[in-house]
Amino acid sequence: MSAFRESIQAAIPALRRYARALTRDAETADDLVQDTLVRALRSEHLFHGEETRSWLYTILTNLNRNRLRALARRPAHAPLGDGDATDMAGPEAGMRDIERALAALVPEQRAALLLVVLEGLSYREVAEVQGVPIGTVMSRLARARAQIKAYLDGERVPLRRVK
Amino acid sequence: MIDRSAAVTEDELHAYVDGELPADRIDAVEAWLASHPEDMARVAAWRAQIDAIRARYGAIDEPAPARFDLSRLTAAERPWRRIAAAAAVVAFVLGGTLGWTARDAFSSAPQATPAPPGFEAFTAEALEAHNLYVVEVRHPVEVPAADADHLVQWLSKRLGYQLKAPNLDSIGLKLVGGRLLPGPTGAAAFLMYESASGERYTIYCGRSSAPETSLRYSEHRRATAVYWAAQDVAYVVSGSGDRKQLGKVATAAYRQLDEQTPQSGG
Repeated sequence: MSAFRESIQAAIPALRRYARALTRDAETADDLVQDTLVRALRSEHLFHGEETRSWLYTILTNLNRNRLRALARRPAHAPLGDGDATDMAGPEAGMRDIERALAALVPEQRAALLLVVLEGLSYREVAEVQGVPIGTVMSRLARARAQIKAYLDGERVPLRRVK
Repeated sequence: MIDRSAAVTEDELHAYVDGELPADRIDAVEAWLASHPEDMARVAAWRAQIDAIRARYGAIDEPAPARFDLSRLTAAERPWRRIAAAAAVVAFVLGGTLGWTARDAFSSAPQATPAPPGFEAFTAEALEAHNLYVVEVRHPVEVPAADADHLVQWLSKRLGYQLKAPNLDSIGLKLVGGRLLPGPTGAAAFLMYESASGERYTIYCGRSSAPETSLRYSEHRRATAVYWAAQDVAYVVSGSGDRKQLGKVATAAYRQLDEQTPQSGG
C-alpha cells in the first residue's frame, strides 16, 4: 500500500469519530466518511508526500456543509436550527445533554469546536480546514462554548446566526 | 505579539484550555485565574464540556466496516482516473490581461447601476441548477469529463453556438462534466468543476439577446453567482460562499470564454 493510502487508512477511525459528532447519526456519518474517502482517492495523483490529515477533515467538513444545504432546501425537512435532519428526527429525550447542546449550535461553530477538542487540530489547522482567518475560528469557538455553557446551565439562549 | 502587561484576554483563556497558549504566558494566565473566580469558573466549564464531548464521541471501538476498504472504493471509482487525462484535452492558453470590467464585480464599492436585463432570469436558473446538482455525489453530471469532446460537441449543437469548457487547472479546478438544461431563453449548458477538497463550481450558459455586461456579483442564501453577457451568450458562474474565491473562478473562466466568438448555427 502506498504511503498516501496508508495515511488515509490510518485516518478512518478519526474521521468516523468526527463525522459522528458532527452529524450525531452513525449512518449519516459513515456515508460522509465513505464519500470523503472516495474524493480523497480521486486526488491521489496530486499528492507528493504532503500531510493528508487536515485535508481529509476539509473534505469531510465541506461535504457535510453541502449535505446540510441540500436538507435546508427541502422545507418539510428543514428544522428551525441549522438544517440538520437529526435535530428533528429523533426523540430528543434519549439524547444526552451534551448532544442536545451541540445540536443547537450553528454548523460552523460546531465544526470548529469539534476539530479542536475532539480531533486535536491546532487553531491554524482549523482555520485552513474552514477556509477562514484564525480570528474567526477563535470567535466560533468562543460562541460555541458560551452557548453550550448557557444551554447546560439551563438558560436556552436564542440561536444566533453569527459567523 | 502579546503585551505582557496587558490583562488576560478571552482568546488567551481559550488558548490556555486548548493548549495553544505560548509557554511564556501560562504563568500570567494562571495568576489571573487565581484572582478572577468568574474566569476560573468559565475555564472549568469549558473543560467539563471537553470531557463530556470526548466521553460521548471519543472512541469508536468497532472495526471499520468493509465499505471503507480502500481498494474496493478505488475499483468502484476507476472511471474517474481517466478524467485528469481527458480534461487536459480541453486545453486553452491563458492569455492577455483581463479588462477592468472584471473589477466591477469584486470591488467593495457598492453598485449603483441597476441590474441589466437578463441578469435576474439567468442567475435564478443558474443558482437553482447549481444548488440542485453540486450536492450530488454519484450523478452530478450527465456526461462525465472523460467524454469531454463529446460533451462539448453535443452541448454546442443543442445551444446553437460553439461552446467552450474552460480549463481551470491553473486555479486547481478539474472539470467533472456537464449536462443540458432548460434555460430562460432556450437550451442551456451546465458545466461542473471540482477542487481537490471537493468544492464545486458551476458554469451555466446559453444564448441570450441580453446586452453585454461586465461581471455582476450576486448572492442567494449561501450560494454566490457571477453573471455576465457577451456576444449573444449569457454566463453565470456559481459557487458556495466565498466571494473572493468565486471571483477568481469567474475571472479565470471569463478570460477564456471572452476569447471565443459564437457563430450562429443550428
